[in-house]
Amino acid sequence: MVEEENIRVVRCGGSELNFRRAVFSADSKYIFCVSGDFVKVYSTVTEECVHILHGHRNLVTGIQLNPNNHLQLYSCSLDGTIKLWDYIDGILIKTFIVGCKLHALFTVAQAEDSVFAIVNKEKPDIFQLVSVKLPKSSSQEVEAKELSFVLDYINQSPKCIAFGNEGVYVAAVREFYLSVYFFKKKTTSRFTLSSSRNKKHAKNNFTCVACHPTEDCIASGHMDGKIRLWRNFYDDKKYTYTCLHWHHDMVMDLAFSVTGTSLLSGGRESVLVEWRDATEKNKEFLPRLGATIEHISVSPAGDLFCTSHSDNKIIIIHRNLEASAVIQGLVKDRSIFTGLMIDPRTKALVLNGKPGHLQFYSLQSDKQLYNLDIIQQEYINDYGLIQIELTKAAFGCFGNWLATVEQRQEKETELELQMKLWMYNKKTQGFILNTKINMPHEDCITALCFCNAEKSEQPTLVTASKDGYFKVWILTDDSDIYKKAVGWTCDFVGSYHKYQATNCCFSEDGSLLAVSFEEIVTIWDSVTWELKCTFCQRAGKIRHLCFGRLTCSKYLLGATENGILCCWNLLSCALEWNAKLNVRVMEPDPNSENIAAISQSSVGSDLFVFKPSEPRPLYIQKGISREEVQWGVFVPRDVPESFTSEAYQWLNRSQFYFLTKSQSLLTFSTKSPEEKLTPTSKQLLAEESLPTTPFYFILGKHRQHQDEKLNETLENELVQLPLTENIPAVSELLHTPAHVLPSAAFLCSMFVNSLLLSKETKSAKEIPEDVDMEEEKESEDSDEENDFIEKVQDTNNTGLGEDIIHQLSKSEEKELRKFRKIDYSWIAAL
Amino acid sequence: MAGYKPVAIQTYPILGEKITQDTLYWNNYKTPVQIKEFGAVSKVDFSPQPPYNYAVTASSRIHIYGRYSQEPIKTFSRFKDTAYCATFRQDGRLLVAGSEDGGVQLFDISGRAPLRQFEGHTKAVHTVDFTADKYHVVSGADDYTVKLWDIPNSKEILTFKEHSDYVRCGCASKLNPDLFITGSYDHTVKMFDARTNTSVLSVEHGQPVESVLLFPSGGLLVSAGGRYVKVWDMLKGGQLLVSLKNHHKTVTCLCLSSSGQRLLSGSLDRKVKVYSTTSYKVVHSFDYAASILSLALAHEDETIVVGMTNGILSVKHRKSEAKKESIPRRRRPAYRTFIKGKNYMKQRDDILINRPAKKHLELYDRDLKHFRISKALDRVLDPTCTIKTPEITVSIIKELNRRGVLANALAGRDEKEISHVLNFLIRHLSQPRFAPVLINAAEIIIDIYLPVIGQSPVVDKKFLLLQGLVEKEIDYQRELLETLGMMDMLFATMRRKEGTSVLEHTSDGFPENKKIES
Repeated sequence: MVEEENIRVVRCGGSELNFRRAVFSADSKYIFCVSGDFVKVYSTVTEECVHILHGHRNLVTGIQLNPNNHLQLYSCSLDGTIKLWDYIDGILIKTFIVGCKLHALFTVAQAEDSVFAIVNKEKPDIFQLVSVKLPKSSSQEVEAKELSFVLDYINQSPKCIAFGNEGVYVAAVREFYLSVYFFKKKTTSRFTLSSSRNKKHAKNNFTCVACHPTEDCIASGHMDGKIRLWRNFYDDKKYTYTCLHWHHDMVMDLAFSVTGTSLLSGGRESVLVEWRDATEKNKEFLPRLGATIEHISVSPAGDLFCTSHSDNKIIIIHRNLEASAVIQGLVKDRSIFTGLMIDPRTKALVLNGKPGHLQFYSLQSDKQLYNLDIIQQEYINDYGLIQIELTKAAFGCFGNWLATVEQRQEKETELELQMKLWMYNKKTQGFILNTKINMPHEDCITALCFCNAEKSEQPTLVTASKDGYFKVWILTDDSDIYKKAVGWTCDFVGSYHKYQATNCCFSEDGSLLAVSFEEIVTIWDSVTWELKCTFCQRAGKIRHLCFGRLTCSKYLLGATENGILCCWNLLSCALEWNAKLNVRVMEPDPNSENIAAISQSSVGSDLFVFKPSEPRPLYIQKGISREEVQWGVFVPRDVPESFTSEAYQWLNRSQFYFLTKSQSLLTFSTKSPEEKLTPTSKQLLAEESLPTTPFYFILGKHRQHQDEKLNETLENELVQLPLTENIPAVSELLHTPAHVLPSAAFLCSMFVNSLLLSKETKSAKEIPEDVDMEEEKESEDSDEENDFIEKVQDTNNTGLGEDIIHQLSKSEEKELRKFRKIDYSWIAAL
Repeated sequence: MAGYKPVAIQTYPILGEKITQDTLYWNNYKTPVQIKEFGAVSKVDFSPQPPYNYAVTASSRIHIYGRYSQEPIKTFSRFKDTAYCATFRQDGRLLVAGSEDGGVQLFDISGRAPLRQFEGHTKAVHTVDFTADKYHVVSGADDYTVKLWDIPNSKEILTFKEHSDYVRCGCASKLNPDLFITGSYDHTVKMFDARTNTSVLSVEHGQPVESVLLFPSGGLLVSAGGRYVKVWDMLKGGQLLVSLKNHHKTVTCLCLSSSGQRLLSGSLDRKVKVYSTTSYKVVHSFDYAASILSLALAHEDETIVVGMTNGILSVKHRKSEAKKESIPRRRRPAYRTFIKGKNYMKQRDDILINRPAKKHLELYDRDLKHFRISKALDRVLDPTCTIKTPEITVSIIKELNRRGVLANALAGRDEKEISHVLNFLIRHLSQPRFAPVLINAAEIIIDIYLPVIGQSPVVDKKFLLLQGLVEKEIDYQRELLETLGMMDMLFATMRRKEGTSVLEHTSDGFPENKKIES
């Protein structure tokens, strides 16, 4: 059933939600935030993602409500377009092509037909605020080249621009000055703060600006934590300002409430401060928001605030400063030490999350499931503090145990190390701390692994450390007559010539333990803890170590820092083969013999999938990412795929996910864009999708057949096929209960007709080439394949004009679509 | 959002005896009262009825003591030779005792002369007991016989001659008037039924049996002999349930606690051990000055009486429950409002909504929550805290260091305050569990207060003390390292031998190298 296309690298969720200020809908029911190339619409009550607005080809950099129609949303992107959306239905209404990179978007109610945007036209680091006139036109795509320049030399960030007092003036801050441009007078006033080198004024830099909605008052945030309220700025001489100072670190964002009575500010302290009546005395706090506040926004209705945080989170806060909802994406604030893991129970991706937490992230629903507080200490958000870091974690015994290691190293000699073992409690459905081990080793722990053999009666954990030892920890019964208790104790300490232990790994059946000591790999019997044999290749320190699985369990693989991948045979105790490969990530597939290795070269990262028994790799993909790949993991599939081609067989049982240095989570996908739908869009299409009835099999086969034929005739794979789901006749046929259907004889012709229609598309060779090219490009760039959605939207759009779509015969509809297609291309050609 | 997380106080395992409910219970006795008897105390028996007097058999006398009296309230001394095993009847009004000359005498508690004398044994009678119907007496003697006597007409009813050695212990069932048990030096414990002429059950203890005990239900039998205490399941026909070997000398006496949950055994090794009767693990142990011969517990475990070979009777009374009758505080009228609805009982259809329990924060946590770092440090440097719970002080110092404000908190202290800090450092710096944190704190203090050194003789003295301490510690460490080096050398020589032997063993070509340190 699965079409076999090329394996492509796809970004899978986890994009930044905190890149720009979130925007509330007029009724505060929805909140919009930019998320990579999309705009996401969340419900403020349920925290669920309602729509994903697909369409931009590059990073979305700004969103604003249409001031003239509060059911519409403008968005701008680095691809040089401004799009207008109907967010209730998730439909793209219009696209305005500006042509240059847009970095931010502002709308003002008074300027009816124009919006403001930050562009950089000439030099890459000089940004200008321009007004973009949006021409009125009924067509879908409109050129909007009429830019009028407003301010020059401004900061790139939209936080440094604010429109005030019903669009009378615009304030912009950069470094040490505040410039105010009055639209009526067309003059600019500039106010400069002293930037002398002395300590007092050294951190006077402006960081953000906000304008009072009704009065002539500008609030500016500064590097040193001060907030200045500027008044009387019409006059260059008589201007005044007052200072509010509570933040001890840079003010990250400011926002006035709708009525202007209170000012909200936030910063690294992760405390939302509400200044009432702009006085220093009247302030309220909402502390412990978890991470640095990056943006603050206020709903137009005035009942909600929201703060975007550096840990990829949006908190919706009620007017009375009570957090009411949290929209949490994949936390990508900090470096990932633990690597990617899969929780055997929930099949969730597990990695470092909030400071001191382990996050469980559902890959299927692109949503954080929960955070497990590992360090359990108050997090002090201060610059330059050395925090306790969660460095290692491992799941064992089918998810019953979780081992975590946290460390804090202030100086070379002062190391705080703690290992915690968590037991899964079925009653509370969560992990409960069982054992805490202080200083399990004298030096940093380099590796941690559980013995995951199925028949092992006693849970066993091995830790390897830089202090030259590896320790075996076992679960022992600690109970007496008063209570039942189990705890972990050290069972064995091993070392090899005082070399640093760098990796450890259990064989699949748990009978052997491999521990690498710098260049040497030692094999230990896991019953007697006796050293069985050693392997040494003298090819640099071992970076990765893993045993083969299933039929390849007699092989041991090691990747060294000098770029050698070695495979040893454990039966003959000899090197089976080695290869020159600078392996960064090596991950065995838990469901097959395959091992994925990602190598790093100056050009980019390459993927090799191989079986230890065969020197020839199963699959090679060059250039999977331009940056360094840090971690990878195989995620077992719920439903195995059935690729027949040899190159794709490795994806049958598991899917490979990897994380690059810039913390984007990527995976490999073979599915055609139509098939891979995000869950939300699936939801939207639930009505239209076919139920699995006998009809489905007929239709499904039919479609496949069509596709094959099409592929023969048309070189292009991404031709717009009328999917059976979209044929009204068929969906009607399948959705109507059998007892109310007209006779089969009557339906037959309709049904056959509807199927025949697809033949006409075969003749649709006129579909211009460049459209397809664009789509192809997009499918490569975009995170989630959205062609299908777009197509659905397209049909809806045509339906908007003529609501008699269901009465139209299928061929007519097709004709219409073709017409539209041709139009489209014409405009594009212009 | 998430609330304030209190500082994690590092807990350290408490060395020595674990504190459990049992240790608390069994340690809750006053210091023992010592009473000197004329000879080794062979038997102590409590009257089952109030006022719970107890009879002490020592030498040729039987003393009856009251609960709190240290002088005997009554003495039976009409024995020609050593008396044995003075035992109360269930109603506490009669007392029976055996003697060295083979006689068994029955006394009325209020009388002086024996009521009955049962003659028939030819040798010393070491064990006597009343049967459950109160009208018969069982006796076992060194002439290997067990006899059943009728009290009203002082006649011998039955004689069992099944033991092949001295019969030294026995007891009658509390439920069945016909059943009784005897233990003998022939290593057996036998159960006799007065309705038959032979023993109905016999178990092999393995050592000369010194003491037997029946559980109140009669289902379990405990026998002591040699170093062993064995528990037998009578309902399974005398199957061995568990064999306990916790003493290192002969176990001489057994006793059950009043609740039946604990079994006590006294031994010649001068220890009394307390076992749980569910798991048969030792939960507590007492030490005494001499070898223990007899042991008895009063009603409700109020008193433990132990008789020893040196004739000392040790009586321990339970501490009276601290009944602090708190003066009923005067309630303000607001109290009624406060308590209103608190005592409302949930009705059948009511849905109870619990208010989240308010998290109680320690005072230092409250200070830390509000970033009052110096105040938090002051609080934990208070002598009450530093002496009782130094780990809290260390944890707070660690937390302040983690927050990067330890120097701020330590700075700006006057002479008295800084000497508090230094006192704490001097006391705990050398403890390995606190050392990493405190050395860091000491360094910071030295950095801060170096410029003002020499201004206060008190502080200077403390600094000198600290210096001495550090020097001493360095010396210790050096010595330890030297010792370690010596030991390493010894181990190295031993390991070489072992290594060669291993190489000889594995001739299958494995490149073997072995080194195990544990």
